[in-house]
Amino acid sequence: MTTSAVNAAATPAGTPAPGTLEFNNDYTPAEAERVIRNSKGLPVGVKPKMVWTWPKALLWAAIAIVCACGWSILAVSRGEQISAIWFVVVALCSYAIAYRFYAYYIQMKIMRTDDANATPAERVHDGANFERADRRVLFGQHFAGISGAGPLVGPILAAQMGYLPSVMWIILGVIFAGAVQDMLVLWISAKRRGRSLGQMATDEMGKFGGMILSIFLVVMTAIAMAFLALVAIKAMAASPWAVFSIGMTIPIALLMGCYQRFLRPGRVIETTLLGFVLLVLDIVAGGYIADSPVLAPIFTLTAPQLVIALVIYSFAAAALPHWLLVTPRDYLSTLMKIGTLVLLVVGIIIANPSVKVPALTELASTATGPTFSGDLFPFLFITIACGALSGFHGAVSSGLTPKAVEKENQIRMIGYGSMLVESFTAVIALIAAITLSQGLYFATNMSAAQIQATAGESYSAEASAEANAVAAVNAMQVSDIEGNQMQVTWDSVDESGSPKTYQGEEALTKAASDLGEQTIVSRTGGATTFAMGMANFLKSYLGGQNSLGFWYHFAIMFEALFILTTVDNGTRVARYQIGEMLANVKRLKKFGDPTWRPGNIITTLVATGMWGGLLWVGVADANGGINAMVPIFGISNQLLAAACFVLVTVCVAKMGYKKYLWIPVVPLVWDVAVTFTADFQKIFGPLSYFATASKYQAQIASGALEGEALANANAALFNAYLDGVLSVFFLVMMGIFVIVGIVVVAKVLAAGKFGAETTSEELFVESEWFAPSGLIATTLEKKVQREYSAKLHELAQNAKTAA
Amino acid sequence: MIIDRLKNAWQGIVWYLREISGEARYDHYLEHFATDHPGETPMSEVEYLRAREEYDRHHPNTSCCC
Repeated sequence: MTTSAVNAAATPAGTPAPGTLEFNNDYTPAEAERVIRNSKGLPVGVKPKMVWTWPKALLWAAIAIVCACGWSILAVSRGEQISAIWFVVVALCSYAIAYRFYAYYIQMKIMRTDDANATPAERVHDGANFERADRRVLFGQHFAGISGAGPLVGPILAAQMGYLPSVMWIILGVIFAGAVQDMLVLWISAKRRGRSLGQMATDEMGKFGGMILSIFLVVMTAIAMAFLALVAIKAMAASPWAVFSIGMTIPIALLMGCYQRFLRPGRVIETTLLGFVLLVLDIVAGGYIADSPVLAPIFTLTAPQLVIALVIYSFAAAALPHWLLVTPRDYLSTLMKIGTLVLLVVGIIIANPSVKVPALTELASTATGPTFSGDLFPFLFITIACGALSGFHGAVSSGLTPKAVEKENQIRMIGYGSMLVESFTAVIALIAAITLSQGLYFATNMSAAQIQATAGESYSAEASAEANAVAAVNAMQVSDIEGNQMQVTWDSVDESGSPKTYQGEEALTKAASDLGEQTIVSRTGGATTFAMGMANFLKSYLGGQNSLGFWYHFAIMFEALFILTTVDNGTRVARYQIGEMLANVKRLKKFGDPTWRPGNIITTLVATGMWGGLLWVGVADANGGINAMVPIFGISNQLLAAACFVLVTVCVAKMGYKKYLWIPVVPLVWDVAVTFTADFQKIFGPLSYFATASKYQAQIASGALEGEALANANAALFNAYLDGVLSVFFLVMMGIFVIVGIVVVAKVLAAGKFGAETTSEELFVESEWFAPSGLIATTLEKKVQREYSAKLHELAQNAKTAA
Repeated sequence: MIIDRLKNAWQGIVWYLREISGEARYDHYLEHFATDHPGETPMSEVEYLRAREEYDRHHPNTSCCC
């Protein structure tokens, strides 16, 4: 490789390529000691080391003090308003400390990253998937790969118990579990030529372990698709604005696809910008559609209609060529993911909203909250799921990222760092939920059946949904942050434009009309709540009160794009996984070929059938479906995370790092405790799916139900049985997987043979690449970069003269 | 001075967007090709994009976000 090629890949076009002349051997002795050189004398890396200077020490001391102050404000404040900015401060300071110290500790003690060793990108270097990606670019790509709608949904639903348990789990969970998992899976995969989770489990734990993980992945992908699709459908049902604007993303994507294919091949940025402009116009147009008495009914769809539309759509998306529909939508959702996050953080800081929810609500000590049932332990952790710890990320961390990483020392920044950003989105979602009035939150997040049950005697079939929701809120004994009974309020402006806080029923109707919706009562699933909070932040500095409807639907679009991209991808992924599993059967070998059309169609049908079926029964459930789906989604996701930790623990044990086994084992034990307790309670006892099923069975047997109510009860009965069976299936599968892991670890420890040769890790290969480790290159790394360029140039010259 | 800095920042942003969106992939292919196969004619951009698509069809990305 010549100097120019290396420079082009390693430095931005803007900065001048460090030439031969710029390198003057100006290392200090301490610096010179840290430079790693290969056998050709090329400097290929810098040994990680914490170098302390006074300003640095003072800076970290200041960060630690701010962090401690922030946590104590969140923990002890009672009966007074606090600013939501504290949440941002606490999160950022905690992340900084964790990244700098704990992740570094894991890097030194477990990963023992060595820049002298070549990464898969350098070993294989095939110009396709195994191609070096600049660390900053890979960070963005990895983040876009792991982030989805999960962290936006979980914290919203968990907010019913107050903010403190949620914020603690989101931040501490990511530091000690979620980010550790992502980083260590990335590490083991990068040491094994980017192998996938299933392959690594087969290599390290035997065929049986690998098979369990593969089957588990298919089932849990289907559940995740169904749950996320349900969230999107709850936000779109009975909302012509949302249905129109999200539906229009299909023609927009087709247009973008054709533009890029036929008019401007390869011009991705241009195509994305075109798509984004169309998207904004589309959201604006949605407002006119919703106002039009002729067009609005056309786009007002019920939830079952939306399910059918979604299933047909995703089947088409999987069957059509990728460039036409899937690729352009990926562009849009990636842009929305990163862009909206930035807009939101700025919005929170400018809007400076105050928190309305107390640290702990009365619902934290009862198991009867509407958004999820069950005790704080374990169900709060199950509900938050992806924002703190997500098993799915193990699949991404063993997908494309390990194949593209340039240097081992970058694994901390990419694996740990990306997950911290993901957790930060969860904190933002939590802020969105807790800065709305609590009454509004519960009115939105209770299904019609729950409102009727909660309101009790004050429920009236003649009264409006809003009036009944207010009655239900009043019947719930939940206090706000100041210790008074919670109220339904909405801050808006009156006809003359002066600020006014609306109360009770009026607040709900005013909020709906401000947001351009018909109603906001019983919009379960969290998407509506998140969008209301987000619209409040964004209108504070972009457009003012009149833009509320636009920003609300922008937020819905943001979340729906996320979810639909996940559903597209998930269908595709499930299809490949099913194909691979079928290919294990001798006579079905052909299914292993991803380009075989009939096989594709069959596996796609199976995949869409699986999540479509789950979604269908979820929608038919009179209790809103979310309540039934949240635990099964959370449990399956968190169990996959446990599986990742088992795999990592096995690898760490095989390397012989006994003293540091606690790093993956502590989150593993915690996660197993959470998931197995939750799963047990979902199989046995009053909270179980089977208890729900027998309740419906009694209702159906009594003969009191007829018509739609009977159909709904039948659907709910089927749903409860299905979820119950799945819970048993999960418990058995993962129980076995954990036992297999324990047996392997015990065998390794008993045999006492450790080291890379006892694993499937690839042997050392000398690296010839250099790249900095962190997001920003240090002074030393810049010096090494210059020496590297100069040396490469010299070597090329020598080779030329020799030839 | 300030204009230079702004120019640098702008170029950095463009570089980042081109890299992360995959637009710069073809440039990297050309660089590769020039060093690995000197004197030969590389694929045109459209040909390259088609070949890449075909490759992706055979090597699907099997991870998914959540």
